[in-house]
Amino acid sequence: MLSERYRTGDRVRTSAVDPDHHTRLPHYARGRLGTVVGHDGVHPLADLSARGVQQPQQVYLVRFSARELFGHGDHSVTLSLWEDYLSDE
Amino acid sequence: MSDDHDDSPIAARVRELEAVLEEKGLLDPRELDQVLEAFTHRASPANGFRVVARAWTDEGFRTRLLENANEALPELGLSMGGGLQVQRLHVVENTEDVHNVLVCTLCSCYPLSLLGPSPTWYKSPAYRAKVVSHPREVLEQFGLTLPETTRIEVWDANAESRYMVLPRRPEGTGDLTEAELAALVTRNGLIGTAAV
Repeated sequence: MLSERYRTGDRVRTSAVDPDHHTRLPHYARGRLGTVVGHDGVHPLADLSARGVQQPQQVYLVRFSARELFGHGDHSVTLSLWEDYLSDE
Repeated sequence: MSDDHDDSPIAARVRELEAVLEEKGLLDPRELDQVLEAFTHRASPANGFRVVARAWTDEGFRTRLLENANEALPELGLSMGGGLQVQRLHVVENTEDVHNVLVCTLCSCYPLSLLGPSPTWYKSPAYRAKVVSHPREVLEQFGLTLPETTRIEVWDANAESRYMVLPRRPEGTGDLTEAELAALVTRNGLIGTAAV
């Protein structure tokens, strides 16, 4: 449950699913390819804690290029993402 | 422009919720008032200004702050535990090459204990939607024009962590005291919508 599946530098893809329930994966960052730039602690998965279920899980700092997110721009955006939101490239 | 919206639907909803919790004996209204009063009294952007001035004048503190802000803050008598839970703080440093700017696209997460209540524009859908996709244009609307060579890094406080920007120390401030340096810092500088 508290595994650290990803390491800094790993390429990860976010879930493309638009769930019915509460989530902290913003719409603009769904189904996108990013790079793990750090670990951000272990916190209850927000999707479940919103429904009263506590399931602590590793959170990662994941950086995306603006081009990957929006198709334009030369900046980058960093988000905190629970492991459940991520899969291997 | 005011951060107080006592007549808003959300304020009415909070009052109703508070009343129900009191009725059920789950909440002591005096306790709530004490917590809120103590927290809002301490929560001020002056805290953030002090952190920045110390980082500009004490290289060791700057290093510790960037490495683990939660462990460095107590050196100034500050913490991220003013609310109901301790929040993780990341301090992100502006350099000649990188400019950082903060947003919470999902709601309005903000390091309240260090920066005080957030400005109204920070909570506006316009800012939250546009700064992630067009930060350079948004910063220009704030009067901040960055060199083309400066890379912009946007931090979306979408989960548990909070962020604060460490601005670059202005040139020609070598003679200033820590207190004088703190007076140069602005709230927008700590969010990244101003240079300092």
